[in-house]
Amino acid sequence: MSSWLDYTINGLIVGNVYALVAVGLALIFGVSRLINFAQGSIYLVGAYIGWVAVVQLHTPLPLTIIVVAASAAVVGLIIERFGLRPLQNSVRIAPLLATIGISFVLDQLVMLTFSPNPRALPSQLPDVRFQVGGGTIGPLDLLIAGVGITSALLLFVFLRYSKLGWAVRATAQDRDAAMQMGVDVNRVNQAVFGIAAALGGVSGMLVGMYYNQIDTAMSLQATLKGVVAEVVGGAGNVPGAVVGSLLLGLVESYGVAVFGTSYRNLFAFLLLVVVLVLRPNGLFASARQAPPEPLTGTFIAPSRPVRIPRWALLAATGIFAILPLFPVSFYVLQTFINAWLLGMLALSLTLVAGTIGQVSLGHAALLAIGAYTSALLSLNFSVPVGLAVIGGGLMSAALGTALISPSFRLRGHYVSIATLAIGEIVSLVILNWESVTRGPIGISGIPPLSLFGYELISPTSIYWFSFAVMIVLALLQGRLLGSHLGRSFRAIRDDDIAARAYGLSLNRYKSLAFIFGGFAAGVSGGIAAHLYSYINHETFNTQQSILALTVVILGGLGNVVGAIVGSVALVGLPELFRIAAEYRILIYGIVLLLLVRFRPQGLLGTM
Amino acid sequence: MLSLRGLTRRFGGLTAVDAIDLDLARGELISIIGPNGAGKTTLFNLVTGLDRPDAGHVSFEGGDITGLSPERLAAEGIGRTFQLGRVFGNLSVMDNVLIGAHTRLRAVKPAVPVIGPLLELGLALLRPASVKLEEEKLREQVKAILARFGERLLPRIDQPAYSLSYANRRRVEIARALALKPRLLLLDEPTAGMNPTETAEMQTLVAELKAEGLTILLIEHKLEMVMRLSDRVIVMDEGRKIAEGPGEVVRNDPKVIEAYLGHGLSGTAEQESAA
Ligand SMILES: Nc1ncnc2c1ncn2[C@@H]1O[C@H](COP(=O)(O)OP(=O)(O)O)[C@@H](O)[C@H]1O
Ligand SMILES: [Mg+2]
Repeated sequence: MSSWLDYTINGLIVGNVYALVAVGLALIFGVSRLINFAQGSIYLVGAYIGWVAVVQLHTPLPLTIIVVAASAAVVGLIIERFGLRPLQNSVRIAPLLATIGISFVLDQLVMLTFSPNPRALPSQLPDVRFQVGGGTIGPLDLLIAGVGITSALLLFVFLRYSKLGWAVRATAQDRDAAMQMGVDVNRVNQAVFGIAAALGGVSGMLVGMYYNQIDTAMSLQATLKGVVAEVVGGAGNVPGAVVGSLLLGLVESYGVAVFGTSYRNLFAFLLLVVVLVLRPNGLFASARQAPPEPLTGTFIAPSRPVRIPRWALLAATGIFAILPLFPVSFYVLQTFINAWLLGMLALSLTLVAGTIGQVSLGHAALLAIGAYTSALLSLNFSVPVGLAVIGGGLMSAALGTALISPSFRLRGHYVSIATLAIGEIVSLVILNWESVTRGPIGISGIPPLSLFGYELISPTSIYWFSFAVMIVLALLQGRLLGSHLGRSFRAIRDDDIAARAYGLSLNRYKSLAFIFGGFAAGVSGGIAAHLYSYINHETFNTQQSILALTVVILGGLGNVVGAIVGSVALVGLPELFRIAAEYRILIYGIVLLLLVRFRPQGLLGTM
Repeated sequence: MLSLRGLTRRFGGLTAVDAIDLDLARGELISIIGPNGAGKTTLFNLVTGLDRPDAGHVSFEGGDITGLSPERLAAEGIGRTFQLGRVFGNLSVMDNVLIGAHTRLRAVKPAVPVIGPLLELGLALLRPASVKLEEEKLREQVKAILARFGERLLPRIDQPAYSLSYANRRRVEIARALALKPRLLLLDEPTAGMNPTETAEMQTLVAELKAEGLTILLIEHKLEMVMRLSDRVIVMDEGRKIAEGPGEVVRNDPKVIEAYLGHGLSGTAEQESAA
């Protein structure tokens, strides 16, 4: 059972599954230079359609595959037509954010329709195993291999011999030239999204059958794995994606063989980070390529920030400062405390994603580092809580920056992948490093907030504390933006090549931005740990990263006041309208999509 | 001051810059002309560190600078503008030009190893008198530089660069390069997309800079301007240097005429249609 041959076969089979996802990503990246973060959601949709077909409609296997492929393709076409095509002429950040939003909306829709509980997806194949050499192989393995190979052949024939396939290849090579030659880019995009979605959907179904289990967490994992495979193979390189996938499958499988199952994902993300650092164009990239000159200022939308008069800001601060003196309910205070904590995270993210243009998708990891540091300092070393929180901020600044530094040489969408992966690595390390983090059990009994020996237990005192901390962080950040660092950060965001040509070191300034932002996020996480009194590796998750990103876009990228206004709005409005928790993430996703489409500069404008 | 030896850059099968030799003396202005795709911009990228040569050497003020990073080269005093115009769209005119002065920041950017960046962060937040004074001085210098463009930029000093006209963005780029106090200035088609009046203004400005003793490498399609300004002209075609010498001589060189005719377009006409 545990023979090397078995691990090899398993690696290749899993690699085959990844390939179905990665090839779609590569096709899409090829024609539109976009990393489709919604690819995993289509995979999820495919798995659930497969479940409906098999369990409820009792379709035979060939029909199941066709149904899944066709329905997933339709989802892909809808995404292309309504989610991305309207953004064709907008700034580069727009389609990236849109696919993130779409992914959250799709995942939530699946979760709301089918409930988050895992389901079994029977494979409809006889449960036998054949001896091959020293290992065994089952009919499902053969099916997956067969689907993989057939898809590869079909795709090859399509790209090589059909007119549309030729158009896809032409567009991938040089979009402008292809358009000049009369290629209909919309049709090419449609074709590519349709194919990518069909492959992704079938892949989700096969994985569901392979493990005989499907659940909504599959989506993010699939996106990550597909992206890892694609980047390893070289973004946009279709054969490279296949090889990258098989390699990833094998690395994971051997890694599991040596170190155990809980390390599977860690290997995938480490492989990604290593490849991004050493060979950012993938393992098979030809000669080093200078990026073609992009037009300036196209990453974020140009906008004029709304100038809020000083007196209005002072008045608003004053009103919120004295709010607890009025007879407000505990519930209202609690809501605002949540808003202030989110506000600190949003301040951090608006600096990193907005001011210096590194759209981080793993920002919750900074919360986690701050929270664990502060909790462990106060529990294990009896550090006073006030100091422990600051220690959490400092640790988040230092460790967060060090972890994210491999992504500093990356640009645009790659940064988002790298930060997403680094966020996952942090949560996996927390899960596996039991001697320090207490692993899956989590940390309980974290002492409550206290300041100079006084415990802050009443909601009023917690409100004031978190509000004051947030205001101090906001003032500091405002001061930073007014310094030469503010303009240097923004220059790097607007055009990193021109910035380098004027002596701005990207490593230095991206580090400084992450140090400053990491501190704010770490403090937020630290305070949260002492408020919750219990944390584990799932307390700070990707949903929080996405929520913070939505806040940042809503408030206006880089906009300090916007980050706070956005936090109050996104925490407060759902409470005001008593929206049930399970619908909130759906709403955040929809808000993100609407903003990207109709008000990319947010409420208060990009700074 | 600047010398290139056998500088070569290949992109796949295409040799964009093919064994180029060039010597530029202090205070000299050399123009590089040639049809589109000749490799002129790539040559600039090689000199400024944005791209690395496959072969050959670049030396500047006697030192070998081949393959150094653009940040280092900016600190060495090499300033450039970009053909397509790369202003920082969301920064004001003032901030754009201040970025040009970045390598000259001292008070806020102490040259301390290891903790230097942290000191920079601290100083940026605390802003002691020395830092404020330095910033004030630079702002005054920026205003003086902008004044060279008459009333074109000064009234728009607080406007974001994306809101400027095309010609004004080109001017901001040149102002940014001047704020570096460059020892060597590389201008990549500074008049592209400008009308005759604006071109004439630009020509006057470049002539002034030259008169002030600045060493300049100029890529330009408008031959009239090239003839007026250049001490020497270098003609490139398909990556190679096909002619070099005083403007009048080069202009009548049959190889040069052939290069332009052979591509079916005069540089100027092509530039206008591209703009
Ligand atoms: N990053 C790049 N990758 C591939 N080819 C490039 C790249 N940059 C320039 N080239 C090619 O090199 C040649 C020279 O380009 P360029 O230096 O921009 O010419 P010029 O500035 O003289 O018009 C052109 O054929 C161009 O397509
Ligand atoms: Mg050029």
